[in-house]
Amino acid sequence: MAAPRAELASTAALRDTMSAYYRGLGEAVEKKTAPVAWCTSVGPAELLRALGFVVHFPENHAAMLGAGRTANRYLPVAHAQGYSQDICSYLTSDIGAYLSGESPLSAFGLHGVPRADVLVFNTNQCRDVRDWFEWYGRQWNVPVIGINSPRSVGEVTEAEIGDVTRQLEALVPILERVAGTRLDSARLTTAMSAARDASALWERCLTTATHRPSPFTFFDGTIHMGPAVVLRGAPEAATYYGTLLAELEERTRTGVQAVPGESLRLYWDGMPVWGRLRALSTTFAEFRTAVVASTYCNSWIFSTLDPADPWRSMARSSVELFIARSDEPKERYIERMVKLYDVDGIVFHDCRTCPNNTNSRYGMPRRLSERLGIPTLMLDGDVNDLRCFSDEQAKTNIEGFVEQLADGRAAAGRAAR
Amino acid sequence: MRRYAGVDSGSWNTKAVVIDHDGLVLGTSVVRSGADLAVAAERAYAEALARAGCEAADISAVWSTGFGRDAVAFADGSRTELDCHGRGAAFHVKGPLVVIDIGGQDAKVIRLDANGHRLSHRMNRKCAAGTGSFLDEIALRLGIETAALDVLAAQSTEEFELSSFCTVFAGTELLTLIRAGRRPSDLAMAAYRSLMKRVIAMDVFDGRVVATGGVVAYHPTMVALLSEALHVEVTVPPHPQEMGAFGAALAARDGAVSVGPGGDDARSSRSLPLAGETP
Repeated sequence: MAAPRAELASTAALRDTMSAYYRGLGEAVEKKTAPVAWCTSVGPAELLRALGFVVHFPENHAAMLGAGRTANRYLPVAHAQGYSQDICSYLTSDIGAYLSGESPLSAFGLHGVPRADVLVFNTNQCRDVRDWFEWYGRQWNVPVIGINSPRSVGEVTEAEIGDVTRQLEALVPILERVAGTRLDSARLTTAMSAARDASALWERCLTTATHRPSPFTFFDGTIHMGPAVVLRGAPEAATYYGTLLAELEERTRTGVQAVPGESLRLYWDGMPVWGRLRALSTTFAEFRTAVVASTYCNSWIFSTLDPADPWRSMARSSVELFIARSDEPKERYIERMVKLYDVDGIVFHDCRTCPNNTNSRYGMPRRLSERLGIPTLMLDGDVNDLRCFSDEQAKTNIEGFVEQLADGRAAAGRAAR
Repeated sequence: MRRYAGVDSGSWNTKAVVIDHDGLVLGTSVVRSGADLAVAAERAYAEALARAGCEAADISAVWSTGFGRDAVAFADGSRTELDCHGRGAAFHVKGPLVVIDIGGQDAKVIRLDANGHRLSHRMNRKCAAGTGSFLDEIALRLGIETAALDVLAAQSTEEFELSSFCTVFAGTELLTLIRAGRRPSDLAMAAYRSLMKRVIAMDVFDGRVVATGGVVAYHPTMVALLSEALHVEVTVPPHPQEMGAFGAALAARDGAVSVGPGGDDARSSRSLPLAGETP
């Protein structure tokens, strides 16, 4: 039997970091020491922190509902409000949980999600985030503002960066009014530096998986990316990623394998299936297959953030984001990752309620397979709605894919002899 | 004479096949899977052995496949049904080819290269549309046995389409059409056409096409519709319903790499090779 997986010791520090963030959020709400902003996961968090907001990220909250497998309890509650089963199950599970008066944040002393003073979206991911925030805006009668980003961007143009720059700048007067303070450019520079530093360290953590055998998998990444999401623009994120990086580099030096007996390496495109992270991680590991990299975890690398040019670099980061791009730059990006991580195949998660982060519906798997000469697998599922996921079918799909890759390797070996 | 066996533990039926070293089928069996997959596997295997005129001790290796492949405790190795249907089809028809397998609970499209190596596969979504269950539902609505659907469809004279993707909605639509005076034979044919369209939308069909599984074994109309839609003659190899078990027996004969959980233990003949290893 394969050796058991070695757990990352940094997980304890991760737990402390995330717990401190949630408790800090709760305290600020309870004692009214800071205004509360909601921000989409790739919204202008640095700007909000510079203005003194404590920031809540509802996608993180929804992912907690998914990972805790409570999402399916809440989905019907939102559906009954006229929010379709076909739209983002992050949105519907989060709103359903709110209407049910329940939240995993209660474990950190909060009474549900924190009531927002302002909700700030960026549609570079999808339109759903705006609809999501507008629901809460109506509920609490608070402003809902944001960036209406260009979508399906090919080559990034100056016009697009200029457009988003102006939209970012236009947020400031409203945010200043809600925060009751003026934007201090030094604080913005500090937040930008913190975000850039954390991003650089996170990127280095992820690229340790280029090592054979990999010390880190996509499934590890989905858990350890927490600070990159909720502490963007805060110094604690870089502190945590310094700790994680040290452990991962130590693993590569000492040969600790994330998947014992690593034989095959895969790339994951699309959303995680939060309610089946452990099951999928175990299934792949049983087949001695390491999912070493993903579009998803890489999406919180913001290497173009520049404290010396905050507005335009924030805009560039927003426009350049993978999910906001057209298929051609997306395919070029995946091609680079396939080569960098030296993977044997690509898994495309066809996420039923997240068409914007599903890249298998317009022929991309076939195009990439033909161009790169590696096979692709399509897994049907969903980010939070487990009714769209079949354990048995996923297992057969994955096992069948591993058989195909193993047979290919065996045939190549025979041909080489 | 060396003999090999395969057991396909499906969600509805369990199939077993015994072959000789050349792939000649010596005995087959199909039994209901029921709730106890292990018992069904033993029954199917025992029946196939009896029909082949041999005993378990005469079998050099037996491999399992199908939804319940891990429940076949006496198997020496296992392979997914994706592999076994492809392996079985490629034994009969030279590639490149596309294998369509329509079972009771799922449908698969498997693309193979000229050497029979798998290029890709697609499985149906978590939905009964596009599977044999769709025909069961339609037969139920028409008040006939599923096996009688094919005979009924052969009498069809008027072509029309069911507009629903969903199995349940298609059933409801059928009731509406019956009330509107549509002939049952035309409705049966419309059901087959609906199933066919669902299947051919699963992937690209760019080679010879082979159809396997219980649906094509008992519903020749389905094969005719597939041929017509794909503009190729769709081949149905011998023992289409037992094709997964046949492929598993071939895997046993060939000593294929067993990658399933436990692939490192004594159950498998060879485990997944490490990077750089050439088995």
